[in-house]
Amino acid sequence: MSTAGLTKGAPALKKRQRKENLAGFAFLLPSLIGFFAFILLPMLFSLVLSFTEWSMISGFQGIKFAGLDNFKMMLTDVKFKIAMVNTLKYTVLTVPVSIILGFVIAVLIHDYVFAKKAMKIAVFLPYISSLVAITVVWKVILNPTRGPVNMLLMTLGVENPPGWFASTQWAIVGVALETVWLTIGYNVVLYMAGFTGISADLYDAAAIDGCGGLRRVLHITIPGAAPTTFFLTIMSLIGSFKVFDQVSIIQAGSPSADASLVIAYQIYLQAFQYYKMGYASAMSWVLFLIIMIITVVQWRLEGRE
Amino acid sequence: MQTMLRKNFWRLLYTVIVGLIAVSMVLPFIWMLSTSFKIEMDVFNFPIEWIPRTMNPGNYAKAWNSRFSFPLYYLNTIKVSVLTTALQVSVSALAAYAFSKIRFAHSKKLFMLYLATLMIPSQVTLIPSFIIFKSLKLIDTHLGIILISSFSVYGVFLLRQFMSTVPPEMSEAAVIDGANHAQIFSLIILPMVKPAIATLAMLKFIWTWNDYQNPLVFLTSEKLFTLQLGMRAFSSTEYGNQYALMMAAAVMAIFPLMIVFLVFQRFVIEGIAIGAVKG
Repeated sequence: MSTAGLTKGAPALKKRQRKENLAGFAFLLPSLIGFFAFILLPMLFSLVLSFTEWSMISGFQGIKFAGLDNFKMMLTDVKFKIAMVNTLKYTVLTVPVSIILGFVIAVLIHDYVFAKKAMKIAVFLPYISSLVAITVVWKVILNPTRGPVNMLLMTLGVENPPGWFASTQWAIVGVALETVWLTIGYNVVLYMAGFTGISADLYDAAAIDGCGGLRRVLHITIPGAAPTTFFLTIMSLIGSFKVFDQVSIIQAGSPSADASLVIAYQIYLQAFQYYKMGYASAMSWVLFLIIMIITVVQWRLEGRE
Repeated sequence: MQTMLRKNFWRLLYTVIVGLIAVSMVLPFIWMLSTSFKIEMDVFNFPIEWIPRTMNPGNYAKAWNSRFSFPLYYLNTIKVSVLTTALQVSVSALAAYAFSKIRFAHSKKLFMLYLATLMIPSQVTLIPSFIIFKSLKLIDTHLGIILISSFSVYGVFLLRQFMSTVPPEMSEAAVIDGANHAQIFSLIILPMVKPAIATLAMLKFIWTWNDYQNPLVFLTSEKLFTLQLGMRAFSSTEYGNQYALMMAAAVMAIFPLMIVFLVFQRFVIEGIAIGAVKG
């Protein structure tokens, strides 16, 4: 501490910094309270819970430390395994398809059509519609015996069209189909925003060299849009591991409940139907861990390129 | 001239192809709307009758006056969505100002802590929040659901990005003139980031309106239900097998928001384009 070296202005400066600190915290305070109360504190609480055995019905006295029991239980829990496998299937079915289709449609809208804005809004509409209501609609559209999709398939000569949500093999495919429809528009909007960042000079140069449309897409658009693809891949993977709304509506009164059981819904069931707060918290941390690993692996892959 | 024509021909062809894709994306909505005006018997007629053979607008009256009070669900949804949006936008704007325009102690560390929690799935915080809210008697209240949905790191992050782009000279000049932070915030920064505020507000409003998981966990009384919970309850009763009626309810749940979106679509699409994510 060399107070001797300070100039005359120091006390004033110090006073000003104190004022800045005060103002900073005053502006931040409402957000900070919310952050601690609704994000940080619950997060730590959840971590503690995941090492306990606790049914909420028994009150706080009934809470018991359980070590790693919850995590061990997952290894032998049949439902957990089903939920994991279904979540993986769902991810494989949705993420690549909706990103590739999103890219193709974005290229077409961006470069090749009239009425770009109307097209963009039309493909984006599903994304802002209520998942509950639209899932109810999809349930009717995909009705196995009489719904319009299967009627169409039958007129096209498909003898045994899929049973969709009512079938053990097709339920998760039905959910995936609905999700692809829901998310394409989001991907299109992001790709179109990404395209504006690609230098027009590149396209001009390609035109002079006589590059055709397809080669332009392969050599300029795809590499140029790589950051968007990266962002979308991470976000879609994370989103697909958290899928909940559609499944919850499809599961209501469904005879083939296991067929569309996913991890987020299993967490919900354990916590709010069976009140196993410890076990459900442990599962939510496994979900968090998976999301972290996906993100880190993606960052690494991106860094290597 | 000839190449012009050829170019336009291809463009027209692509427009038709993409137009077909766009129409097929909207088809489920059209089917829903058309079915909502049908009598139950005609719902599954094939080939699809896009214009109902027998018009039956009575479905709407029946759903509206059913024992599920949709008028009340509308009011609840509007109340929750408006208040959540207002709270989130104001809290986020204040915090974003602190992080971008005030040099206070530990601000960098705090911001990093905020960012570090961005990846946490809502499932992690849902269970403990439920327990905390239960002990605070905030379960099954609108206040509870508004509070749980109002604080997101993302809103702060989004607005901070915009406020950081306002050149520091603008606020420094005001400081020399003797303005304090409250004045700089409300008179200089806020007016400059209006479009960003509108974007955040629109997105938050849509997401809250459509939110399902939080109301499902935090609300149990039917009189507090939002549209989404009402729709779910409606579809899981005896009405669930009356498809025309259910489509009328679905139209009521989807269309008002769709109109809001079409009016303000510029803000929504811009928000999505800069990478806004739900949360």
